[in-house]
Amino acid sequence: MDRAEVDAKIRELAEPFNKKGIEIKEDTTFQNDLEFDSLTVMDFVAEIEDEFDIIISMNQQAEIETYGQLVDAVHKLQAAA
Amino acid sequence: MSEGIIQADQPQTLEGDGKDLFSKFDDIINLRENLLASGQEDPFNLVMEKVLSPTRAVCNGRETILLGTYNYMGMTFDPDVIEAGKQALADFGSGTTGSRVLNGTYQGHKECEDALREFYGMDHAMVFSTGYQANLGIISTIAGKGDYIILDIDSHASIWDGCAMGQAEVVPFKHNDIEAMEKRLKRVPEGAGKLVILEGVYSMLGDVAPLKEMVAVAKKYGAMVLVDEAHSMGFIGENGRGVVEDAGVIDDVDFIIGTFSKSVGTVGGFCVSNHPKFEIMRLVCRPYVFTASLPPSVVATAATSIRKLMSGSEKRAHLWENSRTLHKGLRDLGFKLGTEEPQSAIIAVIMPDLEKGAAMWEALIKGGLYVNLARPPATPANMTLLRCSLCAEHSEEEVGKILDIFETAGKEIGII
Repeated sequence: MDRAEVDAKIRELAEPFNKKGIEIKEDTTFQNDLEFDSLTVMDFVAEIEDEFDIIISMNQQAEIETYGQLVDAVHKLQAAA
Repeated sequence: MSEGIIQADQPQTLEGDGKDLFSKFDDIINLRENLLASGQEDPFNLVMEKVLSPTRAVCNGRETILLGTYNYMGMTFDPDVIEAGKQALADFGSGTTGSRVLNGTYQGHKECEDALREFYGMDHAMVFSTGYQANLGIISTIAGKGDYIILDIDSHASIWDGCAMGQAEVVPFKHNDIEAMEKRLKRVPEGAGKLVILEGVYSMLGDVAPLKEMVAVAKKYGAMVLVDEAHSMGFIGENGRGVVEDAGVIDDVDFIIGTFSKSVGTVGGFCVSNHPKFEIMRLVCRPYVFTASLPPSVVATAATSIRKLMSGSEKRAHLWENSRTLHKGLRDLGFKLGTEEPQSAIIAVIMPDLEKGAAMWEALIKGGLYVNLARPPATPANMTLLRCSLCAEHSEEEVGKILDIFETAGKEIGII
């Protein structure tokens, strides 16, 4: 899967969690812009993990602040899986 | 999850914005000030001026029934336990002033570990200075960089801190979800070390883990299993060995972590294991090595209490009776509870919001009943809870009185 495909899939998965319908750009942050709390993060990450059959450990999550960083990380992880 | 009250169990990244390193706490300071400005009695600053028994104390000047301690088996005033402590204090002094691996191992520490080995029927037992340190020490030492820890998202703060300290890859799964756990285990890279961490009883809602299924899944994927039985020791299982005993999987788990600060009735922590190399932990586990050992009186009271808990079946039966009576009573009154059926000695009453929860807590304390107020982010799903933990020494009459106080307070606050 190339980056654009990964992006499209994650966008689709993020939709139900984006309660305020905020426009998601590469530099949109999960904590401040999308206001994801820890429970939302867990559910969202679980959906991505199941979709791409990967693990995004808490250690890796700590490095991810923006949407673009998430797409990069998932793109890399699914290529290696 | 834990009794951290105003902190999430997972370590949080806090950001300061100026030179004052305390500015990161401003939100918490404000929240607390607003709550107290309404004239609310501070739920997190209660003082027990006198402790009358395992179930009664004078709190903020009022005689109060205690329904928010972890004194499940009521051992704190057991005459044999008290006597053992007094004797050790007289014979061995007030403290060891040293690490377990230097001058801090007395006869009493060995006897305490003997009692634990017998209690659990395991080959090895290691006593730590607190339960927090037992989790911190064992987890951080056995799961290091490159290893994978698969754990329940509702794990206690001491587990999260142990994970962070060891620098293993941390992979949480949805609370008590067997399938979510298996999916994550399946994806761990081949050849990596795997540790699954579970709790017998989760302390916020008082619910029990499906250990029979979960331990089987963990073993299927070759993972080692650590179970924290802090809230079940002495009470759950035929011999009080915990949910692992009740679920019939005690021989399949690699490590059981426990504490002396709940059913045992003093302070301290431990790990028991059948791992053939377990004793090396005493030399490589930093939270065990770099701290002072428990005072002689504490290990003496712990050892005596643990031995008495082995034959505590009548107390266990009475505690179950109390748990069932309180659960049914609260439910019949119209309160919303954390579990459908009573699963442990903890019964969580779900409050509509923090404001009502704090008001209800205050009405209860003024009515002579102490429970724990637990609120986000320390609680699952951001719930505000009034957590009731029962004691084997609560009489039938006391449980009836507890229900009366709940009824009066609930009507006053308008929750039922």
